[in-house]
Amino acid sequence: MTFENEHLLPGQVGHFFVLLAFVASIVSAISYFTASKTRLENERQSWIRFARGAFFIQVFSLFAVFGCIYYICSNHYYEYLYVYKHASKELEPKYLLACIWEGQEGSFLLWALWHCALGMVLIFTAKKREASIMSIVNTAQFFLILMILGLYIFNVRIGSSPFVLTRNELAGPIFSQPNYLTFIKDGIGLNPLLRNYWMVIHPPILFLGFASTIVPIAFAYSSLVSKDWGGWVKAALPWTLFSACVLGTGIMMGGKWAYESLSFGGYWAWDPVENAAFVPWLILVAGLHCMAIFNSTKNALRASYLFIILTYLFVLYSTFLTRTGILGDTSVHSFTEAGTAMNVLIGIYVLAISLPVFYLFFKNYSKIPSIQKEEDMSSREFWMFIGALILFLSALFVISITSLPVYNKIFGTNLADPQDREFAYNKVLVLVAVIVGLLTGVSQFLRYKNTDKKYLIKRIGWPLGISVVGTGLLMIFYPVDYTQKGPGFLVAVNLALFASIFSVLANAFYLKSVLKWNLKAGGAAISHLGFALMIGGMLISSGNKKVISDNSKTGLFIPFAKDPTGRGTENPMENLTLLKDVPTRMGKYTVTYINDSASNEKDRTFYNLHFQKIDSVSGKVDEDFVLSPDAYRMKDNNLTSNPGTKHYLTHDIFTYISTISVPDASKDTTTFKPHTLAIGDSVFYSKGYYVLNDVEKNPDNERFHFSPADTALVANITVYSDNGTSYKAYPALVIQNQELNFINDTVSAQNLYLNFSGIAANKKFKINSKETDKLTDFITLKAYYFPYINLVWLGLVIMSVGFIVSLVNRVKAPRIWAYVSIGLVLAFLFYLFLLANN
Amino acid sequence: MKTSSIIILVVIAAAIGALLMYSVDFSTYDTIGSAKEKQGQYVHLIAKLDKSKPIQYDALKDPNYLSFYAVDSLGNSTQVIYRNTKPAELEQSERVVLKGKMEGNVFECNDILLKCPSKYKDDKKQLEKTVTQY
Repeated sequence: MTFENEHLLPGQVGHFFVLLAFVASIVSAISYFTASKTRLENERQSWIRFARGAFFIQVFSLFAVFGCIYYICSNHYYEYLYVYKHASKELEPKYLLACIWEGQEGSFLLWALWHCALGMVLIFTAKKREASIMSIVNTAQFFLILMILGLYIFNVRIGSSPFVLTRNELAGPIFSQPNYLTFIKDGIGLNPLLRNYWMVIHPPILFLGFASTIVPIAFAYSSLVSKDWGGWVKAALPWTLFSACVLGTGIMMGGKWAYESLSFGGYWAWDPVENAAFVPWLILVAGLHCMAIFNSTKNALRASYLFIILTYLFVLYSTFLTRTGILGDTSVHSFTEAGTAMNVLIGIYVLAISLPVFYLFFKNYSKIPSIQKEEDMSSREFWMFIGALILFLSALFVISITSLPVYNKIFGTNLADPQDREFAYNKVLVLVAVIVGLLTGVSQFLRYKNTDKKYLIKRIGWPLGISVVGTGLLMIFYPVDYTQKGPGFLVAVNLALFASIFSVLANAFYLKSVLKWNLKAGGAAISHLGFALMIGGMLISSGNKKVISDNSKTGLFIPFAKDPTGRGTENPMENLTLLKDVPTRMGKYTVTYINDSASNEKDRTFYNLHFQKIDSVSGKVDEDFVLSPDAYRMKDNNLTSNPGTKHYLTHDIFTYISTISVPDASKDTTTFKPHTLAIGDSVFYSKGYYVLNDVEKNPDNERFHFSPADTALVANITVYSDNGTSYKAYPALVIQNQELNFINDTVSAQNLYLNFSGIAANKKFKINSKETDKLTDFITLKAYYFPYINLVWLGLVIMSVGFIVSLVNRVKAPRIWAYVSIGLVLAFLFYLFLLANN
Repeated sequence: MKTSSIIILVVIAAAIGALLMYSVDFSTYDTIGSAKEKQGQYVHLIAKLDKSKPIQYDALKDPNYLSFYAVDSLGNSTQVIYRNTKPAELEQSERVVLKGKMEGNVFECNDILLKCPSKYKDDKKQLEKTVTQY
């Protein structure tokens, strides 16, 4: 049977390039490996030339694969399962990239593309290490391309191809008809939760972070095979800085996204998927510090090897956790089950690169030079090493709790998360924050080898004194008011707050008095300052976060069916119901749900909430703003909401919709009264009259945002009530997918429903109205007050810029390039984290 | 630093780590039957919504009160009270993970994780259902 209207060519081209890239990765890996083992210079060079050729072919092929996926997605060719699953016609073009990397296949491809970019840089910069480094990169490419290969070997499908056809994968009566494509009207599209600009930016940055961790381990490997112990550290340091910067930024972008547009009510929830990315970052930073120690003192070489290898192992382990569906019951946002063959494949990949490097490391362990002399307690390297060890141990702690589902699989246990998951992590990591804060504050003033005590005391005296006073003042005037977990934890939080204030000040003093604002050499101090600021911001914003929609405080609702034992108080009643047009007290604000407005996206509605803060003494309005949280309501009643947030410099007011009213047609027995009106005609109802002002095609007003491409007619009506108030109403008629849809409007203060049902003869319009005594429009929302959240983002930006400052200083970039790159990174991050609030 | 002192440090740290791990009171996955025996203990129930019994939720009366019945694979049933809003997909869910405590005959729930077909893009059966719906 031949099927009609299929576009099979782009898929065949794409599949061909996947195969070509796969073969090229094998050829390139083997040739580079052979080159790294060959002693004869001539032969070596020819192997390298050959390997480079294969790598270039691979790079070209992978970009071609990406082009093919982009092409079939942008053309909505639903004959491809990947397009059917991830694209849809109503999706705005800006989300096209997002829907490509929403799926397993697309995100593996993204990762492989970053390897291509990194590989190109390495070919031109790695010099004598090129062969061994690139053999590792190509091995990784081999596995990544294997994941999207989709070839059958002994009846087992290896990897899953993005080019498989819907009709081959799914069973259904329509697929036995040649014109089955006419039945598939639209794809499933991007999950509404992911329809956000962060979905376009966050995955590429995070995957660049993951992909770049291969460079340090590849350098470590190259030194192990060439027995050039230690030489790799200096060359790999800029790459490690780059990796730490990008991975750290990528993780916090996830946090910013979660805060800004997901309804978790925060930026970090210790979700396994978050932890899985955080753990490799911690180990990477531990490794970075060991490498810096080695660079200055020749100590800590073995630890550098160990941490760099472990970083890569944990990057892949986190891939395993998030992509095999093993986290299904514990995480809100992991990928789902991918099938046994895929799981085995990912499992092999986890071990394939790190285990051989580990083996080489242990085999040569005794040959790797180490200094036997005890380090001086007053030396910088001693305390840096302690810091690295603390970071590493925190990473082990976090991953050991996160891996619970893995233990359950292996040992058949049925352990589950503790009651308060966040607190289980926080109570340990708050102590880590104390130690890290103090270490990052003091260690800048320490010198390698040993430090003069008087010098140290003189230097840290001021920052220490100011931070003691500062923390004291803070505790009096703006105390962290987090008593839920008892006094012990509160003390720990305050200690951590002190440590981070101290660290911020100490690093600022270091930049001022030791470096004399020579920022070029101050990358580490800048990063430490940013990190401490971020931790301080987290302590304050999370410690003083308030639920302002707390029902028990507003006293509006008395819970019915109350538990006779009086329990249940540990769950605050965080949701508040707002009736349309009824002002409700919420925290310091009076909030009114005024109206809702449709969006040009299908099923998405914005709910406009009018916030007012009125001074109780003067009666003056102090604050007055409208927030518009929105929600997607799918046809299966699935509700996905996006918060509306009012950003102030010092705090955010954050709201999101948790329930909306479902109009229940069956309960309402009144029917619409039909009227045929010309423009300017009016109709009386029981409490006044309304006028049809105009009928507009595709208007862009406070309720609708149609574009010229839509087909919509909107009636512009003003309702005048007897008591002198007037209201606007916009019932509409919309043609979507060849279907006529009526969007009614309600003036709920008047219990008046308006419907626009069509066009009559002689330039007249059919407007119907009805009155009912049912007040049904309401929304239920949660609202939070987040203080000083901007400190978190500012800290992150400073930390990332610090990494870049160190990086350009290490690679001795020409001054102009240094300024340009630092300036660009600063502008980009500052815009994303602090200005681009939506 | 000498290798010996590193080892001592690591051992001390591991001991602290083990103590901390011990201090994390993990919960368990339970059936309704075994949860009823562990009154007042925090557990995770894996169950299904009992569609034959009513779901009680009225956001106008109290947006923080939801009551429904859950059955597990062994056929045991319990009333569940969740002091929060009703998850929109509750009725469509195929499986629920309920976190909370058994208090008498009522399961006081703090958190609900839903396993919904619509979230499972990679579930073939579900895709087959949706592809022919249009």
